[in-house]
Amino acid sequence: MRRMIIARLHNVTGILNRFTAVLNRRQVNIISISAGVTENQELTHTTFVVEVDSLGEIEQIIKQLNRLIDVIEVADITDLPHVAREVVLIKVSAPPERRAEIFTMIDPFRVNVVDVNRENVTIQLTGDSDKIDALIDILIPYGIIRMARTGSAGFERG
Amino acid sequence: MKKIKLKTAKSGSQLVLETLKDLGVDIIFGYPGGAMLPLYDAIHGFEGIQHILARHEQGAVHEAEGYAKSSGKVGVVVVTSGPGATNTVTGIADAYLDSVPLLVFTGQVGRASIGKDAFQEADTVGITAPITKYSYQIRDTADIPRIVTEAYYLAHTGRPGPVEIDLPKDVSTIEVTEINDPKINLPNYHATEHADKNQLSKLLTQLSVSKKPLVIAGGGINYAEATEELRAFIDKYRIPVVSTLLGLGTVPIENPLQLGMGGMHGSYASNMALVEADYIINFGSRFDDRLVSNPTRFAENAVVAHIDIDPAELGKIVKTQIPIVSDLKEALQILVSADRVATDFDEWTAHVLENKHRAPFSYGKVNDFIRPQQAIEWIGQYTDGDAIIVTDVGQHQMWAAQYYPYKNPRQLITSGGMGTMGFGVPAAIGAKLAHPEKNVILFVGDGGFQMTNQELALLNGYHIPIKVVLVNNHSLGMVRQWQESFYDERRSQSVFDAEPNFQLLAEAYGIKHLKLEDPTTLSEELKVLSEDVPMLIEINISQAEQVLPMVPAGAHNDEILGVYFTDGTDAITGASEEVNHA
Ligand SMILES: Cc1ncc(C[n+]2csc(CCOP(=O)(O)OP(=O)(O)O)c2C)c(N)n1
Repeated sequence: MRRMIIARLHNVTGILNRFTAVLNRRQVNIISISAGVTENQELTHTTFVVEVDSLGEIEQIIKQLNRLIDVIEVADITDLPHVAREVVLIKVSAPPERRAEIFTMIDPFRVNVVDVNRENVTIQLTGDSDKIDALIDILIPYGIIRMARTGSAGFERG
Repeated sequence: MKKIKLKTAKSGSQLVLETLKDLGVDIIFGYPGGAMLPLYDAIHGFEGIQHILARHEQGAVHEAEGYAKSSGKVGVVVVTSGPGATNTVTGIADAYLDSVPLLVFTGQVGRASIGKDAFQEADTVGITAPITKYSYQIRDTADIPRIVTEAYYLAHTGRPGPVEIDLPKDVSTIEVTEINDPKINLPNYHATEHADKNQLSKLLTQLSVSKKPLVIAGGGINYAEATEELRAFIDKYRIPVVSTLLGLGTVPIENPLQLGMGGMHGSYASNMALVEADYIINFGSRFDDRLVSNPTRFAENAVVAHIDIDPAELGKIVKTQIPIVSDLKEALQILVSADRVATDFDEWTAHVLENKHRAPFSYGKVNDFIRPQQAIEWIGQYTDGDAIIVTDVGQHQMWAAQYYPYKNPRQLITSGGMGTMGFGVPAAIGAKLAHPEKNVILFVGDGGFQMTNQELALLNGYHIPIKVVLVNNHSLGMVRQWQESFYDERRSQSVFDAEPNFQLLAEAYGIKHLKLEDPTTLSEELKVLSEDVPMLIEINISQAEQVLPMVPAGAHNDEILGVYFTDGTDAITGASEEVNHA
């Protein structure tokens, strides 16, 4: 099952390494990671989406992560009301004769076009991961040339 | 950051030593090398800290472990960069699994060379991060007092463990006139965990409704210095106790409620009690798989309470209905002083104690070979059950756990979690240095002895009168036993066809030595143990000797092989006569 874990970490060298080492040891697959500094310059906020077998497993992993000295807080927010956003950049093949069709198809997603040339366009979408998956599905037939996803960033509501 | 002016300029190396001394460290174990030359230069002539020169860095770490495990103090190790650091890895991992408080200083190349494959460079922090409680690399000389203080604090508080400090050569060389605030700054680290009173009263309520309770006494009892409280709790309610390997001695073997070690090579009574209990209270054991070989079927019919200072241990292996995160001493104090809940365990206690007398650890006597179990029993008698027993890893380790009559906490010093061969000789040295007044006896196999016997050089050099009892079965006994039991007796690479003359080896190190081979004179000959000199006592035993009983890996605790009943009833399982009387 997929779980979204957030963590606040001391922004010191090697901390991401230590953090992911715990996941690695338990053979947990990391689906996405995002990390960046917080309102407090000394802290990093990370969001992990991971695949585990059971709720018990993720609970145990969180305890082991909490044991790390530079971990300030770890929580599984999957079942809590939360906000989570991801950004994707997709460069899609868009020869002039298909361009209009592509734009019609993706119009409901409210994408931003961030780069254009004769053969292709690069579009950017911000949203939850499901929405991004849906956009990718639509674009695959046109030929995705390059794609970069940031991974979800999120935290609890309220 | 607050700065503090020093009266005189000090080098990084001086700051390391002075901070250690201020923290109460009076002994360090180590081995010098290029990156540590500045620190070794500062050690020269430094007063108040003794340096013990090991003969291999793995030896240095195990020495510090033996010192720490037997005293509860932090063991301190100093080694050089690269190969010096990598040689410590086994010892650090060993300390991590057994929660041993250690401070390991590794040298590092100068800051400008780090990451550039410099001579004798290894990414020590990267290598040790997964096997330490924490690891530091000091980048600023002014941070030395704070980092060393913090590291020392981390090592011995909460769940103890090894902490590594990587010290670049230039950082230890530079002289500073002011230092950064040395105050510990660990906002998210909670060293003391206070028991939840509600959970503790749940523990007692469950006791009042259970009929067959059982206490598991783990190594955590030693670390929490909670022996007295544990004994009081057991006496108050008259609950039988199963010890883990690392918990031996916290409740004396001669205490009628002590069922002995449980698990793979544990007693029949302990293993049966683990299966029959309707309530298991685990104090400071991590449900290691040598105790719980099959977690899916463990404690099937029991409620489980587990008290541990490390929340990550609760529910990790065994489903726990009453999890309690707490310092064990505090939790036990509260439990002992709480009003007594009404209980009636008489029938249960009588039953488990009967098992204890029906099937004690036992072995047959033979004429042509010394039985190691018997040798250990005698040594137990001669030392009045009061010696510090150190072991290496293998069959002899299990016999020492089964047959020595422990009665004190921190009395058995052994590698429980990692099962590290080569642990014994150096650990015994460390234990004796921590307890010069105690008799220290090491049991070691001929295999493990050959991994770290170079440390024997320290015995004369530092006047360390330990007794090394080399239990020689001319084989890697424990491996051989598994091959005999589970691999159709194919003894692949487990038998030594050629061995060194261990007597001459002892001679080379200038220590007293003798070889015992005759079971009829053994008892008399073992009396040499009382001499206060370092000694190698080699005991020749049969190559076919096995450790029994045994719960095979993955089996349920009552699926125990090789049990013999004193009343002559049949063994409950099919271990053959031949196997049992090797
Ligand atoms: C460093 C290391 N290597 C290998 C092992 C695997 N192992 C466990 S017990 C054992 C045999 C030990 O033989 P010996 O030291 O002679 O002791 P005995 O079992 O004969 O008493 C081995 C090889 C280990 N525990 N540690």
